[in-house]
Amino acid sequence: MSLLEIDKLSLSIYGLPILRDVSLSLEAGKVLGIVGESGSGKSMTAMSVMQLLPGGSEWSGHIRLDGRSLNECSEKEMCRIRGNDIGMVFQEPMTALNPVQTIGDQVAETILIHTGASKREAKAIAREALNRVGLPEDRFPLDRYPHNLSGGQRQRVVIAMAIALKPRLLIADEPTTALDVTTQAQILTLLKRLVEEDDMGLVLITHDLAVVADMADEIAIMKDGEVVEQGKTVPLFRQMSHPYTKALFEASGHVPERKTHEIDAAKPPVVQVEDVVRDYALPRTSLFSAPGRFRAVDNVSLKIARGENVGLVGESGCGKSTLTRAILALDAIQGGEIRLNGDLFSSAGGGPNIKSRRQVQVVFQDPYSSFNPRHRVDRLITEPFHLLDNPPTGAERRERIVSALTDVGLQASDADKYIHEFSGGQRQRIAIARALIIEPSLIVLDEAVSALDVSIRAQILDLLADLSDRLAVSYLFISHDLSVVRAITDRVMVMKAGKIVEEGPTEDVFLNPQHAYTKELLAATPILDAALSAREARENRNSEG
Amino acid sequence: MSDMSLNSRPSSGLLGSALRSPSFMIGFLLTLLFVLAAVISFFWVPYDVTVLNIPNKLKPPSLEHWFGTDIFGRDIFSMIMVGARVSIAVALVAVGIGIVAGVPLGLLAAARHGSLLDEVIMRGNDLVFAFPALLIAIMITAVFGPGAINAIIAIGIFNIPVFARLARGAALSLWTRDYVLAARVAGKGQARISAEHILPNILNLLIVQGTIQFSLGILAEAGLAFVGLGTQPPLPSWGRMLAEHQTLYALAPQTVIFPGLAIVLTVLGLNLMGDGLRDIFDPRLRRAR
Amino acid sequence: MLPFLARRIGSLALSLIAASIVIFLVIEVVPGDPASFMLGLNAAPDTVAALRESLGLDAPAFVRYWEWITGMFRGEFGVSYTYKVPVGNLIADRVWVSLPLTIYALTLSTLIAFPVGVLAAARRNSPTDVSIMGVTQLGIAVPNFWFAMLLQLVFAGILRWFSAGGFPGWDAGFWAGMKAMTLPAVALALPQASILARVMRSSLLDTLGEDFIRTARAKGLSRRQALWRHAIRNALIPVLTIIGLQFSFLLAGAIIIERIFYFPGMGSLIFQAITQRDLIVVKSAVMLLVFAVILVTFLVDVTYAIADPRLRRGRS
Repeated sequence: MSLLEIDKLSLSIYGLPILRDVSLSLEAGKVLGIVGESGSGKSMTAMSVMQLLPGGSEWSGHIRLDGRSLNECSEKEMCRIRGNDIGMVFQEPMTALNPVQTIGDQVAETILIHTGASKREAKAIAREALNRVGLPEDRFPLDRYPHNLSGGQRQRVVIAMAIALKPRLLIADEPTTALDVTTQAQILTLLKRLVEEDDMGLVLITHDLAVVADMADEIAIMKDGEVVEQGKTVPLFRQMSHPYTKALFEASGHVPERKTHEIDAAKPPVVQVEDVVRDYALPRTSLFSAPGRFRAVDNVSLKIARGENVGLVGESGCGKSTLTRAILALDAIQGGEIRLNGDLFSSAGGGPNIKSRRQVQVVFQDPYSSFNPRHRVDRLITEPFHLLDNPPTGAERRERIVSALTDVGLQASDADKYIHEFSGGQRQRIAIARALIIEPSLIVLDEAVSALDVSIRAQILDLLADLSDRLAVSYLFISHDLSVVRAITDRVMVMKAGKIVEEGPTEDVFLNPQHAYTKELLAATPILDAALSAREARENRNSEG
Repeated sequence: MSDMSLNSRPSSGLLGSALRSPSFMIGFLLTLLFVLAAVISFFWVPYDVTVLNIPNKLKPPSLEHWFGTDIFGRDIFSMIMVGARVSIAVALVAVGIGIVAGVPLGLLAAARHGSLLDEVIMRGNDLVFAFPALLIAIMITAVFGPGAINAIIAIGIFNIPVFARLARGAALSLWTRDYVLAARVAGKGQARISAEHILPNILNLLIVQGTIQFSLGILAEAGLAFVGLGTQPPLPSWGRMLAEHQTLYALAPQTVIFPGLAIVLTVLGLNLMGDGLRDIFDPRLRRAR
Repeated sequence: MLPFLARRIGSLALSLIAASIVIFLVIEVVPGDPASFMLGLNAAPDTVAALRESLGLDAPAFVRYWEWITGMFRGEFGVSYTYKVPVGNLIADRVWVSLPLTIYALTLSTLIAFPVGVLAAARRNSPTDVSIMGVTQLGIAVPNFWFAMLLQLVFAGILRWFSAGGFPGWDAGFWAGMKAMTLPAVALALPQASILARVMRSSLLDTLGEDFIRTARAKGLSRRQALWRHAIRNALIPVLTIIGLQFSFLLAGAIIIERIFYFPGMGSLIFQAITQRDLIVVKSAVMLLVFAVILVTFLVDVTYAIADPRLRRGRS
């Protein structure tokens, strides 16, 4: 008998169908990966098992845990099951904990409400659970509050709460999506260990095929509320009988075709960053001493040649966003200077040179906050015309708008629409059109594809590669995602703690990293092919042995 | 809450949702009723409210005098119509002062977030908040004497920090939006960004808050008039009508009940309209409720 | 916690200084010559000169300001021009009427609003919630002085449970004083309770939508347990701000309500002083009220830090 059995689960919310005939099963001690893009219904499947569905939900089908049908459980009985038989871990660790309660109280609560344990016993069990998830007593006493823990540490607290009573089933909904790769690797290792130690079943929900290939024994691929394909991990990926699986697989490893770019060494670099320093004032700790300073960018120098695509990778807090803002002259710098095409753009104590501003444009991460919702597309993408001495008007303006839109694969008629009429991927195209329209020498792509689903991401990467081949424009491509950077850049820089610790031609750095941190990053990055081969080898070994 | 309606879509179908929102429609009709009463009172009232008719005093409601007469024999219905003028005018101008002075201050503070200017503006706001509107009015009248203008100033001053805070808070969250960063990359200055990108996107919030401040203004005007610091005779005012008949509630309840109801219904109307507008502007919130 | 307190006390002092300067400017500098203002147009020049002399108005403004501030620290608020007694004595008699009334009303308002707001949020969109929202919407629209008159009409005029006005003084006993204050306190409290209940409800609904509530539910807490153990304390933070603001409203409101009930409080003192142009009384009475409001704002800030561990570290 399976630990978890979902049979023909259908769900609608206020009449809107969300899930259709979802059937899944999971054995104890195994990991089931549920993969899909946003809106595929993978999270709602998890919430159905938890019976924590939003208002207006109606579901049918059967959900059985250890043979017990959840259909017949009252809300009261479900409360006894949640936290006791099923634990759950969520995506966003920063908001998952109550900010006004200590971590000890929050973990102990799981124990207190399910067992007759005294407060003291509950604390002891909570302590043990925190130790198990790698939060030892000397550094993480029970009376710490969540606000002084990092994202990874908070996620460990959430995991401790979920596993404190050794549930039979653990559901993890995108548990590492909000975390850095090295933290992700640690959390995944932890989950794997806990599953083995407690012989739990784990349902791992993710959009990341590489993660799931590494972690899951079985995989279900979901699309538009249905399971399109499921099976054992290795055979599923080797055969890929459903076209959507194939498309997803190809998109996630997609490398756009790119021409090699001639670097013209005679011309000045499009951007030259010299010894740039960016300091932040820290909050005052005492009334009488001056506030401390935090150096987010520490004497960074870099150069990008005309037509060159350069990647900048690093984890959150490494200073890459701050450096980006400094290059765009959105913040003043405290040391060094930045030149665009040889002309001084900004320097310590010197504001940005407006004349040079037209040389650099930007595409941001979030397609939903990148546009003023009250303006039409033509007005949105022509905003940079503000930088021109004689901005085009009338027929010429219209022509430029049409050409920018067609360049990014949109229609001329899209110019008269409002931004809410477009999907996330289309919006990112419009953002690229806005960056292109005044023909800058450099476009800064700040996590420009990170918020997109893999299939959309592949299309945008193709577009970027194509534009870079056709137009004389350089990219500075900032990302935490190493595989994306590898796909689109000629040269890559690795940033850590405000410094660039390694740089070189992209393939060289990826194949033969020199700096210990680069090695660590690369080792932590899940890679689909490698994960599959490793799993295959392991399974073959097991079946032989 | 502070994020409310910052992302709402342009006004497609606003009228449709307005017609479907019962609280907006009730509020709108109530407000319209009193605005009409005020406007009509300029051209026509059943009885002249400046003429005293002592022998006819304290008459209960009848066909001639729908709401009865007051201690000076004046028609209460007519007094309420003319009183609407004063209430609405005082509250409207006071809200105007709050918006005209407060919104630019708030936008400026947000644009210069963290600067000394920001700090000064916000401290000034806190200071005004420390004085209840009534105390400001008391000080002003203590020095300049009572009157409608002083009531307007007192209520208006108190409205400034309300709008400044609201505008600053909402603007601050917009300044971190990527579209504002994109505008900065396009070389636009703080003033231009505030006008093009910030103001239009906080307009909804300002309209909702304006409605609410309007209703608070009506209440404050009535309170000031009640203690004799507002509009002076012979112009009638709802608050003073109550004050003049304070001891007569048992003898002639109509003198107290009708002016009070006028205040309640106007304020209720404006508040309902504000709530309705909030829901109309932000469908996200409506679903959440 | 200590640096936080130090900073808060610093800003408390700054607010007080700024407020006192504003009051001083409005009362003593704006009218030009306070002495002739107080005496009116028909006063003889030598009377004005005598008053100028006795008020020390010949000294420069900043000296007078300094005298006023340091005097208040010593408990000397000047001598009332009309009553010919020290302002300190006048205020001391009356503050024990206005302040207890305000606190009584604030307590009532909070005690009513809290359960009502929680109930509405816990049963959101139910008939209970809808009726609570309707009643509070009406409550907000009712001016407290009108409500006071209606209460008088019903409870003093018709039912005769309370007397229509007058305050026996605390000498008559605590309960007699409380009884006399009940109608005015209810009149002040109910409109404010309506506002507070709505804030409580919406703050609670916001908090109930937070991720950590979902985490709590996933631990096996029932809806009710999640509400009481996790939502309420977080939801209280914005509610505290409103309670602080309400103190200021209620204090001002008390001044009006006192007149309806013929209470010998700060209200009657201030309004009399205004009609008699006794600027010395107005100045110190207003300063005292502003001081009370600023002090309460300070206390609310400190309570914040107790409710929210994130603030204790320092920066808010």
